[in-house]
Amino acid sequence: MTHLVILPILLPLLAGSVLLLAAQLGAGARRAIALAATLALLPVALLLLDRVGDGTHLVYALGDWAPPFGIVLVADRLAVAMLLLTAVVALASLLYAASGDDARGPQYHALFQFQLLGINGAFLTGDLFNLFVFFEVLLIASYALLLHGSGARRVGAALHVVVLNLIGSALFLFAVGTLYGVAGTLNLADLARVMPLLGPDVAPLARSGALLLLGVFALKAALLPLGFWLPRAYAAATGATAALFAVLTKVGVYAILRVYPLVFGPGAGEVADVAAAWVLPVALVTLAFGALGVLASQSLRTMAGWMVVYSVGTLLVAVGLFTEAGYAAAVYYTAHSTLASAALFLLADLVARHRVAAGDRLDALDVMPHTTLLGGLFFVTAVTVAGLPPLSGFVGKLMVLEATQQAAVAVVSWSVLLAAALVVIVAVARAGSALFWRTAPEPAAAQAMPLDRRSVGAVAGLLACAVGLVLWGGAAASYAWSTARQLADPSGYVAAVLGADANAQEQRRSLR
Amino acid sequence: MEALVAIAIGVLTGTGVFLLLRARTFPVLLGLTLLSYAVNLFLFVSGRLVVASAPLTDLGLDAYPDPIPQALVLTAIVIGFGMTALLVVLALRALLDTGGDHVDGGER
Repeated sequence: MTHLVILPILLPLLAGSVLLLAAQLGAGARRAIALAATLALLPVALLLLDRVGDGTHLVYALGDWAPPFGIVLVADRLAVAMLLLTAVVALASLLYAASGDDARGPQYHALFQFQLLGINGAFLTGDLFNLFVFFEVLLIASYALLLHGSGARRVGAALHVVVLNLIGSALFLFAVGTLYGVAGTLNLADLARVMPLLGPDVAPLARSGALLLLGVFALKAALLPLGFWLPRAYAAATGATAALFAVLTKVGVYAILRVYPLVFGPGAGEVADVAAAWVLPVALVTLAFGALGVLASQSLRTMAGWMVVYSVGTLLVAVGLFTEAGYAAAVYYTAHSTLASAALFLLADLVARHRVAAGDRLDALDVMPHTTLLGGLFFVTAVTVAGLPPLSGFVGKLMVLEATQQAAVAVVSWSVLLAAALVVIVAVARAGSALFWRTAPEPAAAQAMPLDRRSVGAVAGLLACAVGLVLWGGAAASYAWSTARQLADPSGYVAAVLGADANAQEQRRSLR
Repeated sequence: MEALVAIAIGVLTGTGVFLLLRARTFPVLLGLTLLSYAVNLFLFVSGRLVVASAPLTDLGLDAYPDPIPQALVLTAIVIGFGMTALLVVLALRALLDTGGDHVDGGER
């Protein structure tokens, strides 16, 4: 048992606690601690990536309580890929916040670390109730981060988010209670073992628990009709926070990808493929609506918010197929869309900061300073999010299209996917021309506020990672495919957690 | 007794949902509290109802309640309590910042 697995949880916990206590330290010192702690997540994630590369599941039993009785952390390909993605986005977001946003309210850095603790924990845990706990940890930190900098607009948006997520938590607990009442366990691997054994008398209960859980994950992932809160809330948050929130919706997607193929997969007897009928249609509606939202947005930040809804829709079209090709496309598209949305949020904030009168409103009334650099960044971001060749959005979309090719719904999903992509291209093209069309005469450019190097670096870094997904596209795609194989065959996960002698566990259970 | 507990959970959930749909923050808050009571009760009984017995195995008892849901409920209560406290503060803040207690901000 390696202790490496718990480091992505311990590091932010430790750093967050230190930052909480070190309130009297200067802003520079706190910034340095936070940056160092976030930077340290990168090598940890890379080390884990190396360890799980050959398809092993690293299992960490907390307190050495044997599963299924204790809580386990499980690092497999999917979890580690998400950890790495989180570390990259968090680093860029923190770098951006270090340009001054972090000083607009107390304890920004501590909250940021606790947010990372919740996110990393949710990716690593192998227990359904523990997943709920980590969801709550990340949510309570996200409420505080959303409110950072305050203002009536933020408070209003946060109130909606908090109430909705509290309802979501209540539903989560109802689902957990139902599943526990039926299966007598909450360990994901153990649930996967028990589900095929359920008789037809309790199967309807298990099915309703599973669908209730799907509703909760859909709320976190902002699937329609549960996603209307997202654009307003994300547009109200500061740029750096919104960029980190780009990971937050992916936690919901991750939870669907983790729980449904494993516990309610094709081999689950009476409750097999319980989510299959629901995810795909809802995802297609979300996708279409998200694209319309992108088109209708009046400001760049709102547009970035709708772009998250749009990308979650695309992502869940791939997930909703519940096939190996679908999972592979989903893994690749998750990496791409998280990086791209985070970059777009940061860029929108940068634009709002530098366009003095009009902010990030999409009109040509105000002059845009630093047209070359910001315009160049916008161009690359736009090409990435709109899914045009040669950048990662195109590869991701291609994988999704290829995955849906065999499905019975190919006609519908291809038309929706391609039409939505066209709408998004029109929307970003319109946004770009509105923002960058009118250029400053020479004297005004001299007066413009100088660009902050760290902020530009954060955006450029995220975009470079997105470009890297294409340059090393072969490696990224083959990782996505091997992750998909791992997801499609849950027996490896179950064996790694419960040990090969799962039947011995069964005997122990029957002794009760 | 199962019927009694089920009815209690149902009534709590029903009132909770009703209050959640109100337009002012205070009833919404009360609704969430009632909903979380219902959830806690529901979690508690997910290990089945056993009367007059301790959650221990080595007392030679035939029937003993499942200890896990009790641990889950404790966690859920603590988290729910923290979340409710946060929501109270947020609702007060919204009242002061927007000048009204309407959930969409401001006085409607």
